[in-house]
Amino acid sequence: MSNASTNSRILFGQPVSVLLPWIIAAIILLILPVFLGSRSQLTILSQMGITIVFALAYNMLLGQGGMLSFGHAVYMGLGSFMCLHVMNATWFGALPLPLLPLIGGFFGLIFAFIIGSFSTRKAGTVFAMISLGIGELFAALVLIVTVFFGGEEGISGYRDEGLPFFGIEFISNLEVYYLISIWMFVAVVLMYLFSRTPVGRMANAVRDNPERAEFLGYSARWVRFASFTVSGFFCGVAGGLSAILFEIATETDLNVTASGAILLITFLGGVGFFWGPIIGAIVFTLLATVLGLQTHLWELYLGVVFVGVVMFFPAGLSGIIMSHVPALKTGKLGTLVMPYITCVLPGVIGGLGIAALVEMSFHVRSGAADEHEMTLFWIDFSTHNVLPWVVPLVIAVVGVGLAVRNAPAFKAAWDNASTLPEAA
Amino acid sequence: MDLFFVNIIDGLVFGLLLFMLSSGLTLIFSMMGVLNFAHASFYMLGAYFAYQISTVIGLGFIGGLIVAPIIVGVAGAAIERYGLRRVHQYGHVPELIFTFGLALLVQEVVKFFWGQNQIAYFEPEWLNFALFSIGQNTIEAYKVFMILISMLIFGGLLYILTKTRIGMIIQAALTYPKTVEALGHNVPMVFMGVFGVGTALAGVAGVIAGPALGTFPGMAFTLGSIVFVTIVVGGLGSLRGALAASLLIGWITTFAAAYNFEFRTILLAFGLEEPANIWDSGLRDLWTLTLPQIGPILPYILMVAILVFRPHGLMGKREV
Repeated sequence: MSNASTNSRILFGQPVSVLLPWIIAAIILLILPVFLGSRSQLTILSQMGITIVFALAYNMLLGQGGMLSFGHAVYMGLGSFMCLHVMNATWFGALPLPLLPLIGGFFGLIFAFIIGSFSTRKAGTVFAMISLGIGELFAALVLIVTVFFGGEEGISGYRDEGLPFFGIEFISNLEVYYLISIWMFVAVVLMYLFSRTPVGRMANAVRDNPERAEFLGYSARWVRFASFTVSGFFCGVAGGLSAILFEIATETDLNVTASGAILLITFLGGVGFFWGPIIGAIVFTLLATVLGLQTHLWELYLGVVFVGVVMFFPAGLSGIIMSHVPALKTGKLGTLVMPYITCVLPGVIGGLGIAALVEMSFHVRSGAADEHEMTLFWIDFSTHNVLPWVVPLVIAVVGVGLAVRNAPAFKAAWDNASTLPEAA
Repeated sequence: MDLFFVNIIDGLVFGLLLFMLSSGLTLIFSMMGVLNFAHASFYMLGAYFAYQISTVIGLGFIGGLIVAPIIVGVAGAAIERYGLRRVHQYGHVPELIFTFGLALLVQEVVKFFWGQNQIAYFEPEWLNFALFSIGQNTIEAYKVFMILISMLIFGGLLYILTKTRIGMIIQAALTYPKTVEALGHNVPMVFMGVFGVGTALAGVAGVIAGPALGTFPGMAFTLGSIVFVTIVVGGLGSLRGALAASLLIGWITTFAAAYNFEFRTILLAFGLEEPANIWDSGLRDLWTLTLPQIGPILPYILMVAILVFRPHGLMGKREV
């Protein structure tokens, strides 16, 4: 009753509050190119969209099904290769480009169907090991089966040779961005709806307690198999989109490193919430493209952050965000502002100080002998002076010191904000 | 026939090297129930520390062989105590992901300190000579040295595990940790010790394999997945299975790389006709396939087949 009064507006048979996040997301996707319209920015955004589809498809297994795969890039890569073969086929001129990811999806689905038929028999370590073996197998096959994979140089094609789609030939990056965004939006909606179907719900049950699910009359193996196959389809779609964006597929698209990256992205974002991997994909793509331009060591920082997240925040970034909800509900979110400023902020600044020291020592050892000039945080200085070493050192020590000193106060404030006051 | 014996020796060297890694990994699996993805990273650290100690500090090869594994073992024990034990409460999958992240991190740290390229870590002068020869092929003393060290370690491990009191406590703690704890033994300490010794063994493998296989930041991932294959094929938790699988995989990969067997021989034997213009044919990969080409993937095919048809491995007692 009370629910009806707060959500009185109905749209498409759903309360508006349920649809609102989707509508906002669609509007953001629509107007983003107005602000980020350059070629490289559009490419980064498109890449982000592809990673989002892939990460969500991966989380169908890891988060929703409890299956840890070390070879999931195989299905995306195979979709990608297949789409490029279609692009090079003589009948590509009769196919509108927007339908291409569908072909990639079905190819991914077929392979997931074949491999899943034996790999999903068990979850846990067996599944992880089989997926690793399959991943290594396909990475090696790329160099052996040159007819399909094109050997080391891979397969390339041209997306604009397809049938014009209402006059659009997908030559410009903007057209490709919109194509990928629409596909991404549709895929995300479909994956969300899948997680709400009985099969999607049973996947959660099988993840948490396979034995009990079996006693309820569900075959754990079939539920896992269904999730795996559907996940393969969306991986293939992501592969098709990547074929459209990059117009090339190589061994690096399906090797074990690529599979490891998607695990990292998904876990970083958080596997517990449907939208967690989306956060992971956005953050990772930004780190890889923006931070990757600034420093050679971004993978080192990524490794540190990743291990830190696994150790201290196993729920990932989305888990950190959602842990604020209790404080929001008790109305005490405001009381956390000061602890954040006294504890987390110095910690972050101290971390940046450490990063500066790391960057400087890397610069000294790997740069040329007579090269002392370097730029860090928009400041130019020489690494042969003492002062540039002292400043970040002091910042690091003071920052981390403050963070450690104020940590108990932060924890107390946190506990206080997250719990309801005792009933008087 | 000469080539056959040379390959037997080469395969034995590689197999025993695999065993030094897989023995530690399989012991760690038995006690924690989780596969340590970062195990090969300790192998890599062993090689790099040995390089630093023997070449840069100047303690010589033997100095590296003794000191580096100790450092690696202490590092491993610390990671078990402060990292794995913390993640253990979240469950198996986060544990596996933690070790995976650790493997990535170690690789990046190694790149930071020693650079992207292969470093100049070589076998010592006094082992760099041809010990004997089979036909035309000479066998270097270093290979024999590797075999001896691995045999020595296997013997020592077997002795400690089966004949000493500590070994009995370890074996008991693997199967009935609660009971052993109730008898007054510090089981978490035993686990930490086993983890430390297991990683130290990987370190030894790194020290002696670094000069032979090359010391570079990718060495952990190159060997790491093969080590997994080994313990899965041998049966998780079985030391003898690990030995058998290590030798099997060592010989398979060595022989596959050495004999340039062409698959067209088989196809011709079946009475198939070779396409006239092979490079335009869709089946060209099948006709030009050679054994060395598929050598690297044979272990993975073996593992997938084992997991599908015999999930407890060659000698394992429990399913994975």
